[in-house]
Amino acid sequence: MVIEAQHVTKRYADKVAVDDLSFIVRPGLVTGFLGPNGAGKSTTMRMILGLDAPTKGTITVNGRAFSEHARPLQEVGALLEARGVHPGRSARNHLLAMAATAGIGAARVDEVIDMVGLSDVATKRVGAFSLGMGQRLGIASALIADPDVLILDEPVNGLDPDGVRWIRNLLRGFADEGRTVFLSSHLMSEMALTADHVIVIGRGRLLRDQSMADFIASAGASVVRVRSPEAGRLADILRPHATMIDIVDEGTFELEGLTSDDIGIAAAAAQITLFELATQAGSLEEAYMVLTEQAVDFRTHNTSGWEQQ
Amino acid sequence: MSVTAPASPPIRHRAVESQPVTLHSAIASEWVKFRSLRSGAFMLAGAAIGMVAIGMIVGWNTRKISPSLDPEDIVASAVLQGYYLGQLLLGSLGVLFVSAEYSTGMIRSTMAAVPRRIPVLLAKFVVFVTATSITILPSCVIAFVAGQGIISRTRTSYSLGDPGVLRLVLGTGFYLVCIGVIGASCGWLVRNTPGALVTYFAIILVLPGIFGNVLGNWGKDIAQYFPSEAGRSFVSGLHLPYTLSTWAGFTVLIAWVVIGLAASAFSLRQRDI
Repeated sequence: MVIEAQHVTKRYADKVAVDDLSFIVRPGLVTGFLGPNGAGKSTTMRMILGLDAPTKGTITVNGRAFSEHARPLQEVGALLEARGVHPGRSARNHLLAMAATAGIGAARVDEVIDMVGLSDVATKRVGAFSLGMGQRLGIASALIADPDVLILDEPVNGLDPDGVRWIRNLLRGFADEGRTVFLSSHLMSEMALTADHVIVIGRGRLLRDQSMADFIASAGASVVRVRSPEAGRLADILRPHATMIDIVDEGTFELEGLTSDDIGIAAAAAQITLFELATQAGSLEEAYMVLTEQAVDFRTHNTSGWEQQ
Repeated sequence: MSVTAPASPPIRHRAVESQPVTLHSAIASEWVKFRSLRSGAFMLAGAAIGMVAIGMIVGWNTRKISPSLDPEDIVASAVLQGYYLGQLLLGSLGVLFVSAEYSTGMIRSTMAAVPRRIPVLLAKFVVFVTATSITILPSCVIAFVAGQGIISRTRTSYSLGDPGVLRLVLGTGFYLVCIGVIGASCGWLVRNTPGALVTYFAIILVLPGIFGNVLGNWGKDIAQYFPSEAGRSFVSGLHLPYTLSTWAGFTVLIAWVVIGLAASAFSLRQRDI
């Protein structure tokens, strides 16, 4: 276990941002951190870094509070959603100041500037940077001490497709080396490509902590689409065994509760010709929507105040 | 958490070796921050040049004694009146050196790199005091020598060797450095730039003015304990009623600095970033 949250609650003056949250982020995996806006993701990330103190509970990195580590930048490299750079300073000077706290010199600073593709603008004031360039600087800052743990809040925000792919490969490489990656993003397609494990929170509470495959599967029984010239007769045969049958049109229906193998065997037994028999894999987005909608219904019948992206 | 870790992760070659965070490395970082913003250099240069220029102007204007001159314009410290400008600039510099971290969000990067927090406060203190001392102390000496040099051509002037004069000259520089540190404490406590600036100017200018001028004698008793009034006890060669004695004023100013820093440290440890 690398990052461990135990019964963490964070209460601000007027609201509970995180509510009795426990989870573990393990090394060697990319762990995605999902939840609607205001669910407490950024607060949780700030608590991991010791910027905000939990009202109750503990969060540790490698067994200790983050602030107790002698070499914090080597322990955790972080990119938080809100920019953490003085706009009047150049990218290089910002990184030099960060690096100096860890006794890291200019050579490594220039190396990470090059790595994130900011060499041409390294001496320009950060205030003139685009959103994407700001993200690259934030990533450079996270990488400066070649850390064991990466915590990235919305890292692909504002990045061009090249940048998005670069980040994806970087994170994959990180995890494959046995390091820990904890990442939040609203881009479900991107998250599905990058993450191995997901932690989903809503209204500060843990909703799911499981592998990406299990989470997607949990969206509901997978749907099988059947196309046949005798669709009506086949549907009648299967109806007692299926949990749901949805007649799409005259020759097509979708059903849940049976595997494609079951349907194929049943069709052969009844000597019914099949044109198509396809399991519709669920998507991360679907699973996420189902889950967060349930979470909303569970707590309030008014969904208007619930921002979703 | 368990003593027997199941399997240690593969040992990888680290691209760079980090050193533990120390006060020394925090100072190195704060020094990079201080020198990489133009506003810092401008304000320091403005305070130093203003000190000397105002000293020379006062020297020129008071080269002949006339009945129209205030007593304050004749004493040895007259040519050091640039400190009025200096305390605005250095106080604002102190405020901004801290509050800009909060207003830009830089503080999150800073504290993620030095999560124990207090070394950042100490490092900023060391960098600020060093940078302001090496510019302001010499500029006070130059302002005095240049201003008195102009006066000496027409009337008797003071020299650095005269009794109490060195105390006035170095005291002025010391006062300005202290007042800048008090500005920085306003930054740590209030965090947002406009609020911290207002707080600083209230403590230095507005409140002592109200207590000293509007509220009668009991107000004057209180006013003398504000940092600017306490500083006047060793910055001005003219001792007015309702001004603390030199050493009492010196002690009161130090107390403001120490209490300000202690409150800042407490706030920094207790509050979320």
